[in-house]
Amino acid sequence: MRIQCPFCGERDSSEFTYLGDATVRRPDPSAPEQYFEAVYLRDNPAGRHEELWYHGFGCRSWLRVTRDTRTHEIFTVEMYNDATTETNQEAARA
Amino acid sequence: MSGHRLGKGGLIDRQRALTFQFDGRRFTGHAGDTVASALLANGVQLVGRSFKYHRPRGILTAGSEEPNALVELRTGARREPNTRATVAELFDGLEATSQNRWPSLGFDVGAINSLLSPIFVAGFYYKTFMWPAAFWEKVYEPLIRKAAGLGRASEQSDPDIYEKAHAFCDVLVIGGGAAGLAAALSAARAGARVILCDEDFVLGGRLNGDRREIGGCSGVEWTQRAAAELESLPDVRVMRRTTVFGAYDGNTFGAVERVSDHLPTPSPHQPRQRLWKIVARRIVLATGAIERPLVFGDNDRPGVMMSSAARTYLHRFGVAVGHSPVVFTSTDDGWVTAFDLARAGIAVRAVIDTRTKISASLLSGAKQTGIYTLLGAQVVATQGSHGLTRVTVRKHDGGMENLKADALCMSGGWNPNIALSTHLGGRPRWSDELSVFLPSELRGTIVAGAARGSFTLAAALREGAAAGAEAAQSTGHDAPAWSAPTVDDELSGVTPCWRIADSRGKAFVDFQNDVTADDVTLAAREGFTSVEHLKRYTTLGMGTDQGRTSNVNGLALLAAATGRTIPEVGTTVFRPPYTPVSFGAFVGHHRGKDFRPTRLTASHRWAAERGATFVEAAQWLRAQWFAEPGETDWLQTVNREVKSVRSSVGVCDVSTLGKIDIQGKDAATFLDRVYINMISTLPVGKTRYGIMLREDGFVMDDGTTAHIAPGHYVMSTTTVNAGKVMQHLEHARQVTWPELDVQIVSITEQWAQYSIAGPNSRRLLERLLGGAIDVSNEAFPYLACAEFQWQSMRARLFRVSFSGELAFELAVPARYGDATIRALMTAGQEWGVVPYGLEALGVMRIEKGHVAGNELNGMTTAADLGLGRMMSTKKDFIGRVLAGRPGLVDANRPALVGLKPVDRSKRLFAGAHFLSSGATVALNNDQGYLTSVAFSPMLDHWIGLGLLARGQARVGERLRAYDPLRSGEIEVEVVSPVFFDPEGARLKG
Ligand SMILES: [Zn+2]
Repeated sequence: MRIQCPFCGERDSSEFTYLGDATVRRPDPSAPEQYFEAVYLRDNPAGRHEELWYHGFGCRSWLRVTRDTRTHEIFTVEMYNDATTETNQEAARA
Repeated sequence: MSGHRLGKGGLIDRQRALTFQFDGRRFTGHAGDTVASALLANGVQLVGRSFKYHRPRGILTAGSEEPNALVELRTGARREPNTRATVAELFDGLEATSQNRWPSLGFDVGAINSLLSPIFVAGFYYKTFMWPAAFWEKVYEPLIRKAAGLGRASEQSDPDIYEKAHAFCDVLVIGGGAAGLAAALSAARAGARVILCDEDFVLGGRLNGDRREIGGCSGVEWTQRAAAELESLPDVRVMRRTTVFGAYDGNTFGAVERVSDHLPTPSPHQPRQRLWKIVARRIVLATGAIERPLVFGDNDRPGVMMSSAARTYLHRFGVAVGHSPVVFTSTDDGWVTAFDLARAGIAVRAVIDTRTKISASLLSGAKQTGIYTLLGAQVVATQGSHGLTRVTVRKHDGGMENLKADALCMSGGWNPNIALSTHLGGRPRWSDELSVFLPSELRGTIVAGAARGSFTLAAALREGAAAGAEAAQSTGHDAPAWSAPTVDDELSGVTPCWRIADSRGKAFVDFQNDVTADDVTLAAREGFTSVEHLKRYTTLGMGTDQGRTSNVNGLALLAAATGRTIPEVGTTVFRPPYTPVSFGAFVGHHRGKDFRPTRLTASHRWAAERGATFVEAAQWLRAQWFAEPGETDWLQTVNREVKSVRSSVGVCDVSTLGKIDIQGKDAATFLDRVYINMISTLPVGKTRYGIMLREDGFVMDDGTTAHIAPGHYVMSTTTVNAGKVMQHLEHARQVTWPELDVQIVSITEQWAQYSIAGPNSRRLLERLLGGAIDVSNEAFPYLACAEFQWQSMRARLFRVSFSGELAFELAVPARYGDATIRALMTAGQEWGVVPYGLEALGVMRIEKGHVAGNELNGMTTAADLGLGRMMSTKKDFIGRVLAGRPGLVDANRPALVGLKPVDRSKRLFAGAHFLSSGATVALNNDQGYLTSVAFSPMLDHWIGLGLLARGQARVGERLRAYDPLRSGEIEVEVVSPVFFDPEGARLKG
């Protein structure tokens, strides 16, 4: 599989680490009952899935990758946090 | 029988004779031969025994789809089992051995299995070896392994090297036959970067095995010109002897290049094989087609061969597969073999065509050559003990006729070679018109020629050229129109004939796994009517050839047996690798010590000079201990190192611990959220021990964080978790709290860091650092940190201690590491400074009750480790909520304690489980276990740390440490985990 890292370009998937569902948010600490679900319960969709990938052997960006879990087709790859993108790009230019 | 080599013709070098051995007999072949063609040229038909019935087997094909002719190649450490003789290139001195026979190929005791064939029917593993269960391990399995293995592995270390390489291209053309060459030419002329891979050692595919003309020259000449043109282009890479064995996501392909398989041993500095990862923007699949056998009685007798293979041996190798062959066909293509053999002067005994009507041109050809023709006829039996001598034909009128023959060329039609098209889940679709499975649509891939069912040469060239142009165009290269050269049309009629009814003897479908037509029918009768069940029950298509010659016939038989059509039955798909790939190629250079990278610290050379014994810690090599002359036992060395540190001073390399630089306006807030304890209250110039949890509430890692300058922190992690913590922090920073202004970077390799521990450590540093920094207790108290100028460099000093002694950690830029450790040793001479290793460090941390990897095992909470009070209640942090769930705050959880043997002379063993005295040895009486043990030279007996249920409340209790594998049972006493200097007076001194 090849992932188009917005910062590094297209790279082999072996440079990345997978973490799973990118739509899970850390619940508000004042809502402890939501933590169990956020930490342990995951959907396992057949088809389009928004997921987190970490470019550990590259720029160390956490990416939001939209992938078809059946075909491994990748539709979009973006920085999880665009603010990070700007900082990194500025750093790269400097 | 001998003299099968024809006087002329073929792509062999008749000037270069090569001698080789098969089963100890010496033969001669030529450069350009395969082992199979050379054996056939010498009249050798019998080359192996079959898998299950040990039936004599010959050479069925001339390609990589070969199911029968598997031999052991080479000897000694290079012995390689299950090598297909049909693709193994001949070299001088080659030694090949037949497999699966004892005592000899001609007389094989295992052939008695043939007489026992009633028990070897479909599913025999499941039926025969079922009962009694205890027999499986002791009797059946060894029996099966002994009897059913094919070749033998060398069982020695592979003496050759293997490489890995990566390649990128616009257009990857897989297959170097007519379609592939046309595609490569057309894409390359358009300016695309092209890689052309072919598994054979000559390009051309069927063009070498047929007598064809292209644009006024022979197919072979055309191939050579095409190859020469391709190789002259700068952006084209032609890879012969390279099998593309797997298609992977993202247009990535695995290929293995057999760099040296055709040589007795690899040339100096050359690998045996090279594993390629090829990433292409477009792919042209031009993998051709594979001829399918006819299923008739005793169709496995040596001498029975694919019709196209006979033609390849004739044209490419100048070998007649027999002096008196018959052709058995249900296709027009079979006639081409008959005519070509006749033209070469071979007396074709007969053509037996299952069809009653054939085209007029074939009939007139038969008449001209005078070949005896039987239409609407079938071969129903064959005879001959180790090779074919006679065939029995049932004629159209039902009458039988015996024909003498030493070879039978069978032609059942062609199956597109679609294996690679199914690797990514593509489902083949059935063509009623062609009676074949065709590849499905694939993203980024164009299929051309016989691989998509276009079986004529004209179509192969046309489609290949068009595919190459399209692929080039879609990768941004404007392809000029390239018209494929014209070629004569050819007949390609086929009337599929899936099984010869009422034939005698075993009619094989899968030659490699000995699956017969009756096995398929039996499986269907027993209810295995799904194609996936059929495959597993009969083992059809599960050999190393993946059923290349057998699958479609098997499906057709299953369809017939269940009254369905072939598309209703469906088909299995193929998996990588297309043909077997040696483990060596996948392993590459990652062997032995090179399995993974070895990281060396800046002091490594110095430690080696000091005679250190090293141990692996993650990828690092760390000094385990430094034996002195006269020391005979590691424990003696470690005891000395500990005593020296505790009585004077020692130096230890701690560079391998992870170091992360953290900066930014919100760095303190960030650290508060990843650590359980408060960091934002840490003033500049101070260091604090911290624990971080995973979000599920368990401890992830521990370490110290130093506040070097305002908004600037340096965190240390354990050696093994350095990468994991970095990823965790990046996740927290980018995903969880992107609004925080904080940047992090790993500086583990940028700094060399040394621990200086012991009552004389301050004196040593004062001598070493001179006035660069004041290290007095007042100026630099416990947990102080500072960055300071030392000679020409910025150095860092931390007053932290893992040993419990007065201790400092001095960090210098890594390039000064070697000089610094030597300077430390010199500066400490007066106090008898010793270098100490990981083992002494471990002893001292156990004496002090500090947790390490054995306790930070991913299943412990901060409270389990006695660090629960560190959890701040004034802030949120990762893991806070779930650390508070009932299961994690249960008072019965195992918690950290110290353990001493009641009989102080006894040794403790980590891993021993705790049982209350009097409790029976049973899992539900388990009270926890010993996590770490050490011999304490300060206490002069063994001590241990353990996780014990309700541990902290049980100090003083006596337990059994149960360890049946080693020590048996030892009585232990539960104590505080801090064995030495419990008040911590030493480290603050
Ligand atoms: Zn990247």
